[in-house]
Amino acid sequence: MYPNDLRYSKDHEWVKVEGGEAVVGITDFAQHQLGDIIFVELPPVGKELELKQSLGVVESVKSVSDIYAPVSGVVAAVNESLGQAADLLNKDPHGQGWIARIKIKDAKDLDGLLSAADYEKFLEGLERS
Amino acid sequence: MSYISLSGQDRKEMLARVGAASVDDLFACIPEAVRLGRPLDLPPARSELELVRVVEAIGAKNAAAGLVSFLGGGAYEHFIPTVVDYLSSRGEFVSPYTPYQPEVSQGTLQVIFEFQTLVCQLAGLDIANASLYDGSTGAAEAVLTAQRVTGRNKVVVARSLHPQYREVVRTYIKNMGVEAVEVGFGPDGRVDPDALGRLLDEATAAVVYQSPNFLGVVEDVRALSAAAHSRKALSVAVVAEALSLGLLEAPGRLGADIVTGEAQSFGLPVSFGGPYLGFMACRKDYLRQLPGRIAGQTVDKDGRRGFVLTLSTREQHIRRERATSNICTNQALCALRATIFMETLGKQGLREMAWQNAQKAAYAIEKLTAVPRVERKLSGPVFNEFALGLPKPWPAVDAGLRARGFIGGHGLAAAYPELGDAALVAVTELRTKDEIDRLARALQEVLS
Amino acid sequence: MIKEIREPLVFEISAAGKRAGELPALDVPVRKDLLAGVPLRREIEDFPEVSETEVTRHFTRLSQKNYCVDMGIYPLGSCTMKYNPKVNERLSAHPAFAGSHPLLPEELVQGNLEVLRTLERFLREITGLDAFTLQPAAGAHGELAGMMIIRAALEARGDARKIVLIPDSAHGTNPSSAHICGYAVKEIKSGEDGTIDVAALEAAMTGEVAALMVTNPNTLGVFESDIGLIAGIVHAKGGFVYMDGANMNALTGVARPGDMGVDVLHLNLHKTFSTPHGGGGPGSGPVGVKKELEPYLPVPVIAEKGGRYVLDFDRPRSIGRVRAFFGNFSVLVRALCYIMSLGPEGVREIAELAVLNANYIRKSLEGDYHLKYATPSMHECVFSDKLQKEHGITNLDIAKRLIDHGVHPPTMSFPLIVPGALMIEPTETESRRDLDLFIGAMKAIAKEAKENPDVLRAAPHVTYVGRLDEVGAAKNPVLRWEKKP
Repeated sequence: MYPNDLRYSKDHEWVKVEGGEAVVGITDFAQHQLGDIIFVELPPVGKELELKQSLGVVESVKSVSDIYAPVSGVVAAVNESLGQAADLLNKDPHGQGWIARIKIKDAKDLDGLLSAADYEKFLEGLERS
Repeated sequence: MSYISLSGQDRKEMLARVGAASVDDLFACIPEAVRLGRPLDLPPARSELELVRVVEAIGAKNAAAGLVSFLGGGAYEHFIPTVVDYLSSRGEFVSPYTPYQPEVSQGTLQVIFEFQTLVCQLAGLDIANASLYDGSTGAAEAVLTAQRVTGRNKVVVARSLHPQYREVVRTYIKNMGVEAVEVGFGPDGRVDPDALGRLLDEATAAVVYQSPNFLGVVEDVRALSAAAHSRKALSVAVVAEALSLGLLEAPGRLGADIVTGEAQSFGLPVSFGGPYLGFMACRKDYLRQLPGRIAGQTVDKDGRRGFVLTLSTREQHIRRERATSNICTNQALCALRATIFMETLGKQGLREMAWQNAQKAAYAIEKLTAVPRVERKLSGPVFNEFALGLPKPWPAVDAGLRARGFIGGHGLAAAYPELGDAALVAVTELRTKDEIDRLARALQEVLS
Repeated sequence: MIKEIREPLVFEISAAGKRAGELPALDVPVRKDLLAGVPLRREIEDFPEVSETEVTRHFTRLSQKNYCVDMGIYPLGSCTMKYNPKVNERLSAHPAFAGSHPLLPEELVQGNLEVLRTLERFLREITGLDAFTLQPAAGAHGELAGMMIIRAALEARGDARKIVLIPDSAHGTNPSSAHICGYAVKEIKSGEDGTIDVAALEAAMTGEVAALMVTNPNTLGVFESDIGLIAGIVHAKGGFVYMDGANMNALTGVARPGDMGVDVLHLNLHKTFSTPHGGGGPGSGPVGVKKELEPYLPVPVIAEKGGRYVLDFDRPRSIGRVRAFFGNFSVLVRALCYIMSLGPEGVREIAELAVLNANYIRKSLEGDYHLKYATPSMHECVFSDKLQKEHGITNLDIAKRLIDHGVHPPTMSFPLIVPGALMIEPTETESRRDLDLFIGAMKAIAKEAKENPDVLRAAPHVTYVGRLDEVGAAKNPVLRWEKKP
């Protein structure tokens, strides 16, 4: 279910490191919890983000949720296609539904993220509670 | 009175089911220290007949009933077709809540959808909301909307915007980091274009003006919008006399980006200032920044058309402190009345009513300025209201006119001392030629 | 009430040349040069053209697609959907009131001012607060005015402070109103019984905190028994206690916010004081304050001088106006009539029977539905869909199935601290028969959830439209009619 080449946060974001940049999105678990996603508010390119700072907002019909930056850095690009097709987050959360690319400021942030196996274990724990 | 439907026996049986010896037991969770240990000091209960007598007696202390009124200034007496009262007093419209359960609220929701459409048609813009409290809070919400859309924190507000609307705008923006600067008007009563040019800058979120303005003068919406747009600011048109939209070109087509205002003229009695009907329309680019409820069209699983409240993530019950506004309850029943009114008058009737207002105001100007030493105060074009310059302070003139059976207008000295002795006079379709002629004669007597 | 009646949009039945409203012919000479140089519209494009018969049928048919209080129980929690007395409609529409212009000189509107002043007096007595403004047009508008009053008072002391504390069970209007007053919002977690965790409040209550916004009884229908202690903690640090009076229906004549340490309160006249909801408004949200805060009330304030009522604009410390004119006046007339009808015993009976009815429903449904908090209920009780979820049934299915039983669903999914919430407030005006109808329907649905869940998932079955596609509505918004090209 959860690709091994991604790393995951406990806030249900995923990160894929490509060169010095982190591609960021929300996990399949997150999209499932949110239901049909209507709108994604994207950050402006060039915005500097602290670790865990809100980088955008995901809206379903009756909820709004922050997306927290899983790494610190500067927004290098955003997925413009979400403007017309926010449901890419539902259809392909770990691929075409990517949200932003962040130029990584501090690679140590990545150490705080989970492997796919650990994230799945973390989810099992959530479902039990 | 008899609004309680439980018999003594019901109460006894219900208390037994609940397991309480008395109703008092149900309040055990309230500490003794904060309980009211005495009966409320209120007058004794009254039967319906007694209530009608006592409340009508209070109403009888209002003393304007026999006077012919030429008051406007943000509240206008217009003809209200009987169907408006008749249909809007149906319990199915009066007594439901906000339509959160769409399957049992299709009536209210379709009315909102029709209202939004009618507002868009009149304003000449893409989208509209389901209503706001009134014109003054509409103006304030428009300023905050412009702040969100542009990310800028200064607004230029016309001095000819209704003085009470300006006060409300000031109250709303005080803690939102918005600065308001005032732009005055020229001898024609229109916003002074040179002064506006000097006040506009790269920090300006919006130019906010009223048209027809508080002094009755129709603004040059095209020029004001062009000036705002030259600095990438929004053009916000406030319309306090919605009837004017039946005759004047839609502000949205002249460049206004937001049209907001007061639609009391559409089927609502003046009712000492409320409830009235705030409305707001804007370009569709600002959809996610629009305050208030919005109804949208959709389908059920069998493909039947239906309506729902939509885009609620803008609103406080979902977005909480980051909502576009804190508004929850709006003016739905007033919007219903306005919808019935607009559909009853229709395409021809609304224009006809607006045209008659303008014609009668023009006639009144002619008659009243024929009285010696009475003059038009501002030279710009007017719709149904105008400022009249007088040779005497208004209170003396007002007293004389009242003695002759008229409320001749609203004195302007307090809000616009720069106009000298002047009054604002409104003439709607309800005023007859005879009443206008008699007002002119009365004025002549008072001034001679 | 025929299910198959479909009513098109007015624009779809419109035809050129038809009209309903007629005016007399213009009786002044026609001027041709009217509004010279001003852009006029040739017509209002696509505006409807129908006859009066069509207008009447259009709105009558539309009205029949609404459920309403006049039809049956409408147990929306925190909304207080009580019966709206008809005489109040008649009196508020009386020409003496409805025909009076808001710019009339005060000597000609002594009756209106007496209405306002008398209502203020009644509300002071019922709430135990010292002064009122009737200007706010709705509850949220009252919150805004009330929080601005607090801010102004703090500014006068030299420090507006930065934070407002709000329990996690609060209405969304609370944080939103605090935000417009320039405050950051800090959420206070509820304790295990659903009330404010006093220790958590004590820890959060610093010198940076302007106010606590508390709803009492809270949105679970639970009275904050520690309210005296809570107010003491807030006052000790120089903050104010703001009370959201949405649930005042549980307290009238029994206990008064002013006696609990509350400094500022808004009421919802369209809840507690029986004025109709009108499908979403107009409401009215008067704000009451303690003596110390009176100078900050919005202008104008109504005063009495030499046996007459006067409008006092000379209030240098006022927060200013929050609305043009004097508020939703005809709503205020209705509330005045209501209190005059009931008298002191009747006003107390509101709370007594509202609480009895809610507890009757709670007791009757315990066992059928999960109750997250066992704390005693006042005027409303909050169940959840936890037991039904075992059968794959949610609160949405339960709500929609209630419609088939001819009753309106309760408030759903609020407060946020109860997952799958069903928040039930019957009010005092319901009859035993209507309460039992609701209870019977809820019990039948609990049974169906186990035995025949599919019928719930497909509900409602009796309405003009089935469940509507809200996702589609938000994804591809159609917010107005447009002529097909």
